Amino acid sequence: MQPKTPTGAEKLVQCLEREGVEYIFGLSGGAAMPIFDALVDSKIELVLVRHEQGATHMADGYARATGRPGVVLVTSGPGATNTVTGLLTALMDSAPIIVICGQTISPMLGKDAFQEADVTGITYPVVKHSYLVKEAAAIPRIVRESFHLATSGRPGPVLIDVPKDVSQGPCDAPFTEELDLPGYGVVGRADPRGIEAAAGLLARSRRPLLYVGHGAVISDAGKAVTTLAEKLRAPVVNTLLGKGAVDETHPLHLGMMGMHGTAYANKAVVDCDLIMSIGARWDDRVTGRVTEFCPTATKIHVDIDPAENGKIIVPDLFIEGDARLVIEDLIPLVEMLDTHEWLEQCNRWRRRYPLKYPRKGGLRAQHVLDRLHALTRGEAVLTTDVGQHQMWAAQFCLSRSNRHWISSGGAGTMGFGFPAAIGAQFARPDDEVWAIVGDGGFQMTQAELATAQIHRLPVKCLIINNNFLGMVRQWQELFYENRTSGVDLVGNPDFVKLAQAFGVQAWRIRRAGDVDRVLKQAHEYREGPCVVVAEVVKEDNVFPMIPAGAAVHEMLIEAPRHRLDKPEGST
Amino acid sequence: MSAQPEPAPVELPPLHTLSLFVNNKPGVLVRVSLAFARRGFNIESLVVSEGKDERFSRITITCRGDRATLDQMVRQLAKLVDVVHAIDHTGEEAIEIEIALIKLEGGVEQRTQIFQIVEHYKAKVVDFGHDSLVLQVQGSSEKIDAFVELLRPFGILELVRSGKLLMARGRQTT
Ligand SMILES: Cc1ncc(C[n+]2csc(CCOP(=O)(O)OP(=O)(O)O)c2C)c(N)n1
Repeated sequence: MQPKTPTGAEKLVQCLEREGVEYIFGLSGGAAMPIFDALVDSKIELVLVRHEQGATHMADGYARATGRPGVVLVTSGPGATNTVTGLLTALMDSAPIIVICGQTISPMLGKDAFQEADVTGITYPVVKHSYLVKEAAAIPRIVRESFHLATSGRPGPVLIDVPKDVSQGPCDAPFTEELDLPGYGVVGRADPRGIEAAAGLLARSRRPLLYVGHGAVISDAGKAVTTLAEKLRAPVVNTLLGKGAVDETHPLHLGMMGMHGTAYANKAVVDCDLIMSIGARWDDRVTGRVTEFCPTATKIHVDIDPAENGKIIVPDLFIEGDARLVIEDLIPLVEMLDTHEWLEQCNRWRRRYPLKYPRKGGLRAQHVLDRLHALTRGEAVLTTDVGQHQMWAAQFCLSRSNRHWISSGGAGTMGFGFPAAIGAQFARPDDEVWAIVGDGGFQMTQAELATAQIHRLPVKCLIINNNFLGMVRQWQELFYENRTSGVDLVGNPDFVKLAQAFGVQAWRIRRAGDVDRVLKQAHEYREGPCVVVAEVVKEDNVFPMIPAGAAVHEMLIEAPRHRLDKPEGST
Repeated sequence: MSAQPEPAPVELPPLHTLSLFVNNKPGVLVRVSLAFARRGFNIESLVVSEGKDERFSRITITCRGDRATLDQMVRQLAKLVDVVHAIDHTGEEAIEIEIALIKLEGGVEQRTQIFQIVEHYKAKVVDFGHDSLVLQVQGSSEKIDAFVELLRPFGILELVRSGKLLMARGRQTT
């Protein structure tokens, strides 16, 4: 008897197995049924989510925790459109995820069939690339190309839209390693002339600064950057997403720069005579008013994506290449710089403007996060949601190694933190994983408590509950004369009871005196997911702060006494 | 033709010509045009056709915009997985050509004048009706602009232009 020809769906699943996929995060529906059916016989584990957005952030968290692509499977129409936010989040932060969508049968395309949506059309602006599969024979090539595209060069999301007749019909195409991507190339090592030029510029600098971004995390450049910094004796700062590439407790590290960065990091940005971006893209959250960003400093930009060249800042030197390879090639060409005076200055700033928060007046988020850091010491994987808690976590929870900090930066997607932690925990079952979320953002994807509970994942969720959309309330207080509008989360559930309703272990922190005890309980709890609800003071503000559109030197180190103008920056 | 007062010249951003060598696949044109739409750039003309190899297409685009934004856009276009290369030919001595069809009212009494213009521009009459004429002209876009302006007073009913075709000279890549 001839072996039975596999269906398109079976072939698709076999291709995913060949790519080493362990988990698929998904939610089923009519158009995707052949693919869900094929998963029954596969060794790939299906993680059933409660909302497709959650699936995309789980895949994203999985990807950022490992560097391996996370895979999502959803049905057509509303199932597919629910992934759009996750695609944007992954695109903005260069995370490799693959979203596979069921689609109506090919003959019905464009005819408003039940649950038909023009998914490739809707998602063009939020993918690195996408495919509408028109014939089953193309499946092996498309899957191979998708994984290559998602993970190589500047990583990003890829979408594959699979009509049901294609997944249901036969597919006898062989597996393939071949790529048909004539328009896609990836640089690795950079042109040595660029590297020599960089060494030349560095040699003339007396106040150099290494500015480290997510690209350094993705290319695992941290060790090389640390060696470079030590050899040059140059201080280091990182972006929100660059956390962990270089150990933030290293004596040369000044912490996070940018809108809510440390005062000493930002002062170093203002005063440096050379700034070298390593896998960072001069985001407006970092540069403040661009025209006043380091106007006299020499700028070197290392990026794998040539489209970043001159996008925001026109650098003196652009080096196209993989961050790790570029820095490794650069190290032998540089010598120790005379930065004694400069490092002294940076350390004076560090002593003069430490991060601080009031110890009185109720439970503070900063205190909780400070203690979480004391407990986990940079060894746990931390994910965050978006808002004040995210910035405080970035400030107080210093990252010590690569892929231990996962946060939505470019898109600033509320609802990201908790599902991302679930994905990270699947990827790294033996590591301690904490989601740090606000009460607002948590409620956007809280249904995934069920997903965590069913799989008895030991993921921990710390809810910083200020009963406000805190970050927006802060802006209203500072820039809109405290006219609060749409930020009061009155009606919040009791999060402890909510967790319990899902069968999830939960504790509450009300007083500063409870913090260490409860965090330790959660830290030691391994039987399944748990939730810690910190009932913090309602109105507190994140400082330092560079108001959007202001120059870095206009940073507010603490609460201003005068009224502020409305920010002119993007958001 | 009466002498009308010249309207105050509007400062238009400079015109650029880009050529793209792309995969001949569905959706490519959308991906390319989204790069323009996202920045609120209007595409002035667009020509798409198969190249010498049916797997690839040629796209020639003219658009207006400042230099820096355009450089950025060329890099963004080149980054698209389906774009094999994107080249900005602005200011280059490339071969450029465009074709236009112009439908004129062209009443009998005006035809002598019209034919003089047609002859001067090496244009052709491709349709001859009793109350209309269709002219065909080819050449540089500037030549066609001038031709159209001369014909305007005779009453243009319809105008269709092919958009600019461009090819780099010698062995240079388009
Ligand atoms: C999906 C989405 N909607 C709206 C916003 C705008 N936004 C940014 S921060 C924020 C407040 C977040 O509140 P919460 O989750 O309670 O965290 P907190 O700032 O209080 O720590 C809002 C509404 C966003 N970033 N994402």
